[in-house]
Amino acid sequence: MSTRTLISPATLGRTRGKVVYWSVFSLVTVVFTLVFVGPLYWMAVNGLKSTDEFTRIPPTLVPHGVHTDNYTHAWKVMDLARLLRNTLWYAFGALVFQLVLDVAAAYSLSKLRPLFGKAILAMMLATLMIPAAVLVVPQYLTVLDVPVFRRNLLNTPWAIWLPSVTNAFNIFLLKRFFDSIPRELLDAAAIDGASPLRTLRSVVLPISRPILGVVSIFAVVGVWKDFLWPMLTLPDPSKQTLNVGIYSLAQGVPENWLTAALAMACLPTLLIFLVFQRNIMSGLTAGGLKG
Amino acid sequence: MTKPAGPVSGPLRRQLTAHGFLIGAVLCFAFFSWYPMAREFVLAFQKTKDGRTTWAGWSNLSYVFHDPAFWQAWRNTLLFTGLALVLGFAVPFLVAVLLNEFRHGQGYLRLLVYLPVMLPPVASVLLFKYFYDPGYGLFNRILELVHLPAQQWLQSTDTAMISVVIAATWMNMGGATLIYLAALQGIPGELYEAAELDGAGLLRKIWHVTIPQMRLILSLMFLMQIIATMQVFTEPFLLTNGAGPEGSTTTVVYLIYQYAFNFNNYGGAAALGLCLLVLLAGFSAVYVRLSRDSAD
Repeated sequence: MSTRTLISPATLGRTRGKVVYWSVFSLVTVVFTLVFVGPLYWMAVNGLKSTDEFTRIPPTLVPHGVHTDNYTHAWKVMDLARLLRNTLWYAFGALVFQLVLDVAAAYSLSKLRPLFGKAILAMMLATLMIPAAVLVVPQYLTVLDVPVFRRNLLNTPWAIWLPSVTNAFNIFLLKRFFDSIPRELLDAAAIDGASPLRTLRSVVLPISRPILGVVSIFAVVGVWKDFLWPMLTLPDPSKQTLNVGIYSLAQGVPENWLTAALAMACLPTLLIFLVFQRNIMSGLTAGGLKG
Repeated sequence: MTKPAGPVSGPLRRQLTAHGFLIGAVLCFAFFSWYPMAREFVLAFQKTKDGRTTWAGWSNLSYVFHDPAFWQAWRNTLLFTGLALVLGFAVPFLVAVLLNEFRHGQGYLRLLVYLPVMLPPVASVLLFKYFYDPGYGLFNRILELVHLPAQQWLQSTDTAMISVVIAATWMNMGGATLIYLAALQGIPGELYEAAELDGAGLLRKIWHVTIPQMRLILSLMFLMQIIATMQVFTEPFLLTNGAGPEGSTTTVVYLIYQYAFNFNNYGGAAALGLCLLVLLAGFSAVYVRLSRDSAD
């Protein structure tokens, strides 16, 4: 980093400054590691302990007996493979629906100048003013009996996918990005005879990769972390998400198995996070700052 | 500007294409956002008895107002919001200011702070439930190590709410911290130099330079935090089964949930939702205005 911060470089250069800097730095690094990695360590290790050792006072830092079968039992009893598969399926579907429908809508609103476009955008953005928690009840009633189609979407992935499209924040982010694409670029494509769809595919989307990344992360993380909505709309145990499934089975399994299950539930996102950390963290600040 | 080739069908065709791109999202909004929004208002003034739905006037609202749980839920929600502001607003800011000073290992520390955000909430919450256990829980062991009295944590009316807030802060502080860090890096170094020439110490530099420079993002995050924490559900629901000891963690949204899904009183739930909506609409309006200003 080139810009200077609160503490001046001169202060940091002095011996006293160096001592203070390094002691604060080491202290913070140790404390943060304990606070943020400690619980994960506890989870992984306590999942390996016997039932007896799990509740021992004082707790053991390193397990005396290693019971890897806690993990296999938890995997089987809680059917984590299915919960994981369900969650991935819902997240993937939500991602596809949001990428296709929200991108198309934002593109139209930004570049194709539809009649009443301004009013439609305003109505979409107005939904941001309604607290999500307030809409849960009427949304649930809608899913039970979708008007016009008279369909009950309970226990179907549609109950997750279709409402996920109504993400006005994503549309806002996408539209603002598309707005910044110069008109001349699109006009050039139009002169070459490209249809709007073709222009979207071969001109707009390739330069929109960063914002598409941000929207994708929001879409997947949204489904991955949601709890109340999937609990209400997917009550069938064979359709549940990881969050809801673990919650509803939590009472019925021994504590060490449950802890093992939690550790396994954390693993996929931790891996994804470690691989894509740069994109995820920069995407978050880009979206959050200007939102 | 290029003129479309077709003389008459051009504009119509263009409109059809434009709306063709829009229709998917508009239908989703219509069914799962706009219609439920209208439904919320209608439900709040309706009553369903023996399968027959009739207009109920203000009776749902007055029913909700006369429910003692209503006032307790508001007290709890405001307490949660207040505590979450003290912890969830101040902690990420201070952590960001601290991390921004480090010339080493910033990437690692950022990663750590953001780690919990990626975990499935159920895992974090159940983990904290173990830590809070008064018997073998980790937190009481730590208190014992530093010779402080053991706490009942989630099981006492005094500490249940603060315990929920601590867990929620751990789970969610990463996002705010990263946003503050990004904003801190935009503060010009000359301002600090100028402050130093005026003889300002560390705290005065934070007070007179850092905070004023971040005023917009701080106020946005402040409002966002209020809007989000007033809708808290998952954390108390999972940590204390929603109500907590003697209803000490019943929040407004949990009460909505109870009305709708435990008592089958959709009218009451909608009336309650309307109260929350009115309160939060004010905050949302300010938020939208501020963020529009920041975009310009």
